[in-house]
Amino acid sequence: MAAVLRFVNRTCFGSRMGLQCLSLSRPVAVAKLVQDGASAGKTLPERVKIVEVGPRDGLQNEKTVVPSEVKIHLIDMLSEAGLSVIEATSFVSPKWVPQMADQVEVMMGIHRRPGVSYPVLTPNLKGFLAAVNAGAAEVAIFGAASELFSKKNINCSVDESLQRFEVVTKAAKEAGVPVRGYVSCVLGCPYEGKVSPDKVAQVAKRLYSMGCYEISLGDTIGVGTPGGMTEMLQAVSREVPVNALAVHCHDTYGQALANILIALQMGISVVDSSVAGLGGCPYAQGASGNVATEDVVYMLHGLGIQTVRILLFPLFLPVSHFHFLPQFNGIWQTVTR
Amino acid sequence: ENSALEFCTLTREFPEYVKMIEVGPRDGLQNEKEMVPTRVKIQLINMLSETGLPVIEATSFVSSKWVPQMADHTEVLQAIHRSSHARYPVLTPNMHGFQDAVAAGATEVAVFGSASETFSQKNINCSIDDSMLRFEEVICTAKQQQIPVRGYVSCALGCPYEGPIEPTKVAEVVKRLYELGCYEVSLGDTIGVGTPGSMAKMLQYVMKEVPSSALAVHCHDTYGQALANILTALQMGICAVDSSVAGLGGCPYAQGASGNVSTEDVLYMLHGMGIKTGVDLSKVIEAGDFICKALNRKTNSKVAQARSKSS
Repeated sequence: MAAVLRFVNRTCFGSRMGLQCLSLSRPVAVAKLVQDGASAGKTLPERVKIVEVGPRDGLQNEKTVVPSEVKIHLIDMLSEAGLSVIEATSFVSPKWVPQMADQVEVMMGIHRRPGVSYPVLTPNLKGFLAAVNAGAAEVAIFGAASELFSKKNINCSVDESLQRFEVVTKAAKEAGVPVRGYVSCVLGCPYEGKVSPDKVAQVAKRLYSMGCYEISLGDTIGVGTPGGMTEMLQAVSREVPVNALAVHCHDTYGQALANILIALQMGISVVDSSVAGLGGCPYAQGASGNVATEDVVYMLHGLGIQTVRILLFPLFLPVSHFHFLPQFNGIWQTVTR
Repeated sequence: ENSALEFCTLTREFPEYVKMIEVGPRDGLQNEKEMVPTRVKIQLINMLSETGLPVIEATSFVSSKWVPQMADHTEVLQAIHRSSHARYPVLTPNMHGFQDAVAAGATEVAVFGSASETFSQKNINCSIDDSMLRFEEVICTAKQQQIPVRGYVSCALGCPYEGPIEPTKVAEVVKRLYELGCYEVSLGDTIGVGTPGSMAKMLQYVMKEVPSSALAVHCHDTYGQALANILTALQMGICAVDSSVAGLGGCPYAQGASGNVSTEDVLYMLHGMGIKTGVDLSKVIEAGDFICKALNRKTNSKVAQARSKSS
């Protein structure tokens, strides 16, 4: 295994890989790549920002309530690993998400590393005020590209949710707090099935216009493939500059890394992922969910793309915490055996 | 420091069709600890034949002393129901194996080389050069009998003993197999350490020597990179992909880690991109279910897991 680790370090491909930016015209019919003249000669990004969502999106999906000190320890270790963005917790009502009931304690208990951002979810003004009170310096809001999903998830239509968010973004602007926007179901919805790329673009545009500095496009049930990803990103990047976009891929169907690769080829340079692939898919019990940070970083480093300093394997996680990590993926499996 | 490489080959279209080479019954089962009953192997292959898979690697004519799992090679080959739409290559490491295979009814064979000297020594007890001499004999004889031969090159993206492997060395070995008469050479990322970067670089060198139409990729998913690597290979003009139903076959060099990429996961990606394969994904999932139940193990396929859990 030591040989493999040395090998990994030596295989860094180089700082750039010249790739054409490619677009699929009709992914459902014949798969034809039409060279996009505007982006011909585009290279992969030299640097990719990883947004670590394990402590929030990951742990939120764990059945057992994770003790606050474990959450705090996890976040502190992730800070030490060199990640620049770590989603810390969620200021939603503990009635709906009991896992995040200790939001204030976590927020105040973590050691905040200089230069690292710790965004928290704030679904409404109440959550936002509580978050700022607890010391949050960045927040996130969660929209959906599917009407049904919006209704089932947050009990209101997409339009209503955007109005709610506008209240938050206004208050955040006044308080000088940056806001990140999420759009879920960008490549498919567990209720509606197919989701139109134009609808995704619409929602992303509204979030961007109301002041979100970045929009993370989530393949919530992991059904997307490189074809759908390309089509969706083409539509969205017509409305929102590509450097304000991120991808949040789920690995439920094993497609995450392939989808991320295509996204990078289309100019995306921000990727959400979850340490140890924490967080299953609530819509397909037992199936995997978030893509594992380790697997993403391995791929990026293999491409010569810079991410963070050290993180590759969560070897430093104490053994007593292992039972909180039922999801093992790729590298973690390889290293611990 | 590597310099940036321009891949003008990436301007080509994704293939409209990808040939799937199913290696589960051989490469997959070969790595299972438990001895798999012959009738289970036969049923698996028969179920796979029903899916539309065009190539199904059936068994291996190696000495049962070395690979006891494949000791029933003759029985398997003779008992399977051969679909008219599929081919059933078998491994033949030497003349002895080749002759046994032909006697048992084989109509296509495969030979296994390596891009790493150390791996060659450790795996088949001879140098790369000596292995080529052995294969030359097999290929020559196969040619005379009009039996197509497929070549494999292992450690194409890294070796468990030597670490990184020079793409020029991979290209050399691939070229030799192709020139000896292999109609296709499958490039194996044996320990799954490759990434799109190393895959693209390796293919660039190999494709200078051998046309892409005579190449296939055999990616392991040990580090979760397989689909991304396959995608890269497709972008570079490769249109033949090896995979294993249910991701059968672990990685013998990293115990417990995953190995072969799952056929189901590859098909899901290709079909989602509008690429034709002629294979029925749901039937592959059924075959995967069958073999996992028979082996009393969980599938390695994420697609199979997702499909079985969602309702």
